[in-house]
Amino acid sequence: MLKDVTFGQYYPGNSLLHRTDPRIKMLILIEYLVLVLVANSEIAALLSLAFTVFLIAVSGVRFGILIKSVKPLIFVLAFTAIINLFFTVGEGEPLLNWGFITIYANGVRNAIMMLLRLLSLVLGTSVLISFTTSPLELTDAIEALLSPLKKIKVPVHEFAMMMSIALRFIPTLIEETNKIISAQKARCADFESGNLLKRIKALIPILIPLFVSAVRRAEELADAMECRCYNGGEGRTKLKVMKSRPADYAFLLAVTVLTVAVFFLNNISVSEIINLCKAIF
Amino acid sequence: MINAIEVKNISVIYGEGTPFRKAALNGITTAFPKGEITGIIGHTGSGKSTLASLLNGLLKATSGEILLFGENIWAKPKEMTKIRSRVGLVFQYPEYQLFDETVEADIAFGPKNIGLDEEEIKNRVRLAAEFCGLSEKELKRSPFELSGGQKRRAAIAGVLAMRPEVIVLDEPAAGLDPQGREEILSGLVEYKNKYGATLIIISHSMEDIAKYADRILVMKDGEIYMQGSVEEIFVQAERLFDAKLDLPQITKLFIELKKRNLCQSTDVYTVGYAKKEIEKIIAK
Ligand SMILES: Nc1ncnc2c1ncn2[C@@H]1O[C@H](COP(=O)(O)OP(=O)(O)OP(=O)(O)O)[C@@H](O)[C@H]1O
Ligand SMILES: [Mg+2]
Repeated sequence: MLKDVTFGQYYPGNSLLHRTDPRIKMLILIEYLVLVLVANSEIAALLSLAFTVFLIAVSGVRFGILIKSVKPLIFVLAFTAIINLFFTVGEGEPLLNWGFITIYANGVRNAIMMLLRLLSLVLGTSVLISFTTSPLELTDAIEALLSPLKKIKVPVHEFAMMMSIALRFIPTLIEETNKIISAQKARCADFESGNLLKRIKALIPILIPLFVSAVRRAEELADAMECRCYNGGEGRTKLKVMKSRPADYAFLLAVTVLTVAVFFLNNISVSEIINLCKAIF
Repeated sequence: MINAIEVKNISVIYGEGTPFRKAALNGITTAFPKGEITGIIGHTGSGKSTLASLLNGLLKATSGEILLFGENIWAKPKEMTKIRSRVGLVFQYPEYQLFDETVEADIAFGPKNIGLDEEEIKNRVRLAAEFCGLSEKELKRSPFELSGGQKRRAAIAGVLAMRPEVIVLDEPAAGLDPQGREEILSGLVEYKNKYGATLIIISHSMEDIAKYADRILVMKDGEIYMQGSVEEIFVQAERLFDAKLDLPQITKLFIELKKRNLCQSTDVYTVGYAKKEIEKIIAK
């Protein structure tokens, strides 16, 4: 039932993105999200697309794997594109007028923009974070970035610790769930037939053992941590100390410039650029 | 002799088409004779559990077929529950599958799923509990209040209550106290004798295998490395060591005794038999 779920898509590697300081990557991610969502004019969209392609290229993640990560979203992507295509009311002559279906040039533009935007969001986030940052690095980075909040008594370390424990145990719980499903199937449990109510009821023999074992695991883990003198974040050092190199800062700066550029380019149309070029040369 | 289960040229490959491809079983062929106890031994990762979950159709082999009393278990995929009630499978650490309010209700889960009537279910639950050494009082308790050993018994009883013709147990006695092991295993033998059932027991304990099994199947790297009667297998100590396995402690003792010329028999696999042998030596 759950055998196709993979979690933690981290692909070990040594690409530029793998080597970038995870904290810097988090900041770049924020800028990237702004950039992709803001880009509205053709030229800005093109720039954001180019940057996404660049990120994919330097991530060293194989193309097939990327395709796999987009596959589950195909329906959402298609749906958004179709909605935009048919329901955008533009000015001027429609491109197509066929019964109750009318398509405007604007609709086509919107559909393409939306599609590219969503694809960029998914792929960009995947290569920046999911594929190239191990869960441990990720929580460390979040903890470091949020650490100023410690001054106002926000339990940042505890939050990060909870997150890394949660991430760590997801595969374990999936494995456990599969085991319990098999065990109940061996007792002739039937999860696949009957009406909705019956199917929900059929889940009880899976959920109860799963909760019981999750609680048991949590207790065991808490005991094990206490036995090793864990007492919160105070004075705790890291196994892997994050270090930013000049190249990391340069990367961040470049993306910042790019984001700012997108803001400006949003107000300029392609014809204006062409005119500008003509004027210069 | 009738074979309860025949395994014909079975291969299992996990993760086909991914970088994690792993051939867990490579075309194995064997048979489990009706009414006998077959012990399966083998190093960690040799494919024992994989073989076990094939036998009741929880896992479908990549190729090959499995016959239950001559019938292919996958002949009617819709009737898989029927197969699963005939071939009971007890997983490693089965105590984690308990869920119902009382032990009694939990044991009744399997029989209920087969669609038996109240009376019959009650009967079977009582009997199964008896075989597994659970008292009337324990039946009324919540499974989560029991000790680890009692939970294990409840889980095994849950499978016995379906009254399977073949029972496959994946390390049923792992992690239990010596007396608990004895009670559970002898309870299973009792069940087997009463219903003429076939037992297949996976175990890492050479002692348990020597004591209870009629036949032994030795697995190594997804293949059948050796199979035969207990005597036939334990005589080949060297080959067992090669498969990273061992002999029962008592057998090793008698091999040492023979080296020192104190005793001539090396076919001593159980403590009971050893006792007789030693008494013979002393009497001389
Ligand atoms: N669900 C799975 N996905 C991928 N590989 C698996 C899966 N289950 C088992 N394997 C692999 O198949 C091989 C055989 O595993 P199996 O569990 O059958 O071994 P085993 O003999 O029962 O070992 P143990 O004595 O440790 O229980 C192992 O190499 C294991 O890594
Ligand atoms: Mg196993």
